[in-house]
Parts: sequence; C-alpha cells; structure tokens
Amino acid sequence: MNTLSQSLSTTWRRPWFWAYVASTAAFAATLLLTEGRGGGELLSAAFTFAAFSAIVGIGQMFIITLGPGNVDLSIPATMTLAGTLSLKFMGGDASLILPGLAVALGVGFGAGVFNYLLIRLLRIPPIIATLSASFIYQSIAIWSNRGLRIKPPQALSDFATGATLGVPNVALVGIAIAIVAWFILERSLYGRWISAIGQNMRAARLSGIPVQLMFASTFIGAAVLAGLTGYLLASFSGGAALNMGAEYLLISIAVVVIGGSSIAGGNSNVPGIWGGALLMFLIVSMLNSYGLGAGVRLIMTGVIIITIVAAAAGKEGSR
Amino acid sequence: MNGKFRILLPVISLGVLLAAVFYLQPRAMSYFGLNLLFNLAVPIALATIAQMMIIMVNDIDLSVGTFVSFVACVTATFLNDSPLIGVLILGASILAYAGLGALIHLRQLPAIVVTLGMSFVWGGLAVLILPSPGGAAPGWIRTLMTVKPPLVPMAIVASVLIAALTHLLIMRSATGTLLRGVGGNTKAVARSGWEIAKLKAGAYGLAGFFGVLSGVCLVGLTTSADANIALRYTLLSIAGVILGGGEFTGGRVSPVGAVLGALTLALAGSFLSFMRLSPDWQIGAQGAILILVLAVRLIFSRKTSGQGGAA
Repeated sequence: MNTLSQSLSTTWRRPWFWAYVASTAAFAATLLLTEGRGGGELLSAAFTFAAFSAIVGIGQMFIITLGPGNVDLSIPATMTLAGTLSLKFMGGDASLILPGLAVALGVGFGAGVFNYLLIRLLRIPPIIATLSASFIYQSIAIWSNRGLRIKPPQALSDFATGATLGVPNVALVGIAIAIVAWFILERSLYGRWISAIGQNMRAARLSGIPVQLMFASTFIGAAVLAGLTGYLLASFSGGAALNMGAEYLLISIAVVVIGGSSIAGGNSNVPGIWGGALLMFLIVSMLNSYGLGAGVRLIMTGVIIITIVAAAAGKEGSR
Repeated sequence: MNGKFRILLPVISLGVLLAAVFYLQPRAMSYFGLNLLFNLAVPIALATIAQMMIIMVNDIDLSVGTFVSFVACVTATFLNDSPLIGVLILGASILAYAGLGALIHLRQLPAIVVTLGMSFVWGGLAVLILPSPGGAAPGWIRTLMTVKPPLVPMAIVASVLIAALTHLLIMRSATGTLLRGVGGNTKAVARSGWEIAKLKAGAYGLAGFFGVLSGVCLVGLTTSADANIALRYTLLSIAGVILGGGEFTGGRVSPVGAVLGALTLALAGSFLSFMRLSPDWQIGAQGAILILVLAVRLIFSRKTSGQGGAA
C-alpha cells in the first residue's frame, strides 16, 4: 500500500505524465460528443496513427538527446523514399515482402550514413545537413515514382491495416520498438553515453566516450526507423505518395517535446513519445468531431502545443 | 572566421553561380535576363532577414514560411479591399511576434517548438482568410514591384537597399549591437542592466516586420495568394542565413551575407531551369548546390583559422 501511494505520488511528477492526462482528456471530450459511441474504433485508430508518429519520434528523440542543434529534418523525405522504393521493388509480389522490408531499412541506413557524413566530413550543422540531404532524397523519390501508385502486396496491406487480439498490428510494432528504445535509453551503456553527450559534450569526450560513433549510430538509427515507418505507412495507405511524409517533420519533433524530453538534449524519456503521439492524433480527431473546419483545427493544434510546452517548461524551471 | 572572410564566401558563391548562368545562357546578361533571374529574390531576401533576426538571438524560427503565407493572404484580401483593417491585422501580427519573443524568454521555452506551434496557427489563419487560392494585389505594391528603374532591375536595387539598411540597423547601430549581444552573451547583457525579455521581443518584432514586408512584396509579384504560397521559405531562409556566413549561435550574423545567400538560392532555382534540368531533379540539385557551397565554406574556414573549427 505504502509503495503504491509512493509510486502514485512520483508518477505525476514524471515528465511524460501530462501528455497522457491531456490525451485522456481529448479522448473523453470526443466521447462526450458521441455519447460514448465509437470509443473502441477511436482508440484503435489513435493507436494506429500514433504508432507511425511514435516510431519516427523515437528516432528523433535519440538525436535530440545528443544536445542543442541536433535534429533530423530529413525524416519525411527518408520515409517517402523508403516507401516509394520498397513498394516499387515488391511490385505487389507477396513473396518479396521481407526483401522489400530490407530495401526500406536499407534506404534508411543509406540516408543515415549520408546525413552523418555531411555533418562529420563537411562540418555542416545537422539542421542544414539533413535539410539539404532531404532535398536530394525527395528528388530521387520523385524520379523513381513517376506519378505511379504501386499497390503493396495484399498480405502486407492486410497486416498493416489488421489487428491481433484487438490491437492494431502497426501499434504492436510501435510498442515493441518503444520497449526496445526504453531499454536502450534507460538500461544500456549506449543510452547513458548519449545522455552524457547531450549534457556536456566536452566532459563526455574527455571521459573517453566514442562521441563520433555515438553520433553516427544515432543518426543512422533514426533514419532506419524513418525507413521502417515509410514502409509501414505506404503499406497501410495502399501505396506510397510523394507527400506522405510531409506532416511527420513537425510531428516527430512535437511528440518528443510534448512527451517531456528536454529539447536542449541530455534528458529524454520514451513513454512520453507515445503519450505525445496519442495526444497529437486525439486532439485532431476531437476538433474534427466537434465539426471545426481545417483552419480552426490548425490554429487549435498550434495553441495546444504551445500551451503544453509552456506548462511543462514552467515545471522544469522551478526544479 | 573573421568578419572579412565571412562576407567573402557568399560573394564568391553568388559570383560563380552568376558566371555559370551567363556562360550557359549569354543572353541572360541583360536587363531583362537579370530581371527574370532574380524575379523572386526580394521576398526571399526579406524572409531571410526575418530568419536572421531570430538566429541572431540564438533561436530558430520554423514558422517563417507559414507566416509569410499568412501575410500574403492578408495582403491579397484585407489590405486590398479595406486597407485600414489590413494594416491593423499586419500590425497585430508583428506585435504577436514580439510577444512570442518575450514569452520564449520569460518562460525559457524552446523556440524551435513554439515557432513550430505558431506555424500551425499562422497556417490555420491563412486557410480561414483564403480557403482557396485567389485575392488580388493592391495596386500600389504591384506598381512598386514591377517598376523598371534605369540600368539595373528592380530586384537588384531592392536587394541592395535591404542589405544596406539592415546592415546599418544590425551592424552599425547601438540597438543592433545590443541585440547581437543577446546572442553572444545573454548573461553579460543582462548583468549590464538590460532587460533581456524586451530585447528578445525587439528581435522577434523585427523578424515579424520583415516577414510582413516579405509577404507583401511576394503578393506584389504574384498578384494573388494562397495559404501555401511561401511554405518553402522556412527552409530557404535558414539556408540563406547560413550560406551568408551566419552561425546558429553566438549572435554571429551578417545582413549583407544573408541577402547574398538569399540571392544565391533564388539564382540556383533560375539556374536549374536554365539548364533544362528535369523538374524531378530541381529540388535535389538545390540541395546539392547548398552542400557544395557549405563544403567550400569549410575549406575557407580551415585556411583562415588554420584549423577546422567546431561544426
């Protein structure tokens, strides 16, 4: 009993707590309107769409952990390129599903290596490096796509839109990745090292942490996750579209910050990513169900993001 | 990199690109050709200056593109139909920018996220004002943007003016020095008795002001607006500041460089269409040009400092 109340009293102080409170509130507000109908469908849709945001968000989180100025702006382009090339490779052939996955992950890996080399060899700030690189990825995607919409193999499409024991498959993938990411961040040497780099790069380097190796693996890891998301999203939506990644630039950064990770780096958490991802979807669907137009919906989304960040920062400041 | 070399690179990269264009298409070396090449340079240059004001105080603005789009929508509707209301809206949006700057400092918020949130807000407002492309440019701005001065095209005259005025404001005036000081050493500025919140509000207000100018000029060129008209300006403006020798931290920016960087990016777009490059590769080639210039910058900084500084 004592430990229970203790864990309850520390839970609300966790940085990710408020993202879940706000998600629950948005969920409840939506159900209030429908008088409780469609709760299951809403929850299942929320977990499906949040999974895409969470997977790219986890990659972005590791990069942001590395410290100020570290962010990957090429995530949308990498997603699009991986989705386009892997679907083109499979060409609807079910026997190529796994090789197709390998193509998507390989595209992500290649993009990550290219991003890192730009940052390392040309000493370009990561924001500019990933931005310039994303233009190139986008061009390759446009060139290889040619306006064709290639359908994913039926089995893959069924998997991406299906559910196991009532939980959407995509959400299961997202949760599995989150668990692995939590373990890496909280329990492994790698996680300690990248947090140390984010807190004080100089001290980290002097204490013998292989800083460049950490940067390389983090940028590559994030791009591989973006590749995987592109593969899943393209399969889920029945084909790759050239603008399919567009909204994930803002979302990948927003879920990290809403989830309570420090944008200045060095202090991140994984549960918050899922909380932020759920919140981003539930807010939009709440505003949708209240019949608000696209303009009002956008304004409200922006105001809510800023409010949450302002509230969260206040807590951090008093610490 | 010291100040003199900082300005050399954008000058050279613009020169090389211009020479390449003239080599490929000698007819571009005329009043008409230059006018065509730098057609959209003025709004890009103004947006880049707006971004520079934010980068100057160590922040970054991811909402420039949506803000310029919002201003364009206001210009093509309210400013055209009922100028007084239009001016009031644009004035209020500059105040909103200044307020954000103060809020970001007072609550110690990450600018990247707040401006990200604001990009939704501006985008939403733009959609509300102009749900489908349309509107009309006010006559006076149309006249101003299409005026044909003797000898040199309007775009170049305007760019020189923007560069000169912002140079005086940021590099030569007491206010400019103070604002750069906020980026260089916030604590030192605060300890010498200045209120940082006010200075940050000032820098953001300036950014809003130049964002407004950018949107108004853009409509003067395009004659109509839509809610997505300037989305790519966010990325272009960041790239322009960096191409112009600016750095993300330390208040090290160069207004002249930023304008040159913006001109280079505008020219890169025109250059690629001159080369009859397949439209598929245009964006990619712009990325490649950006990388190339930054690579050259690395060689410069190695030569001048004797060692490669931190990235």
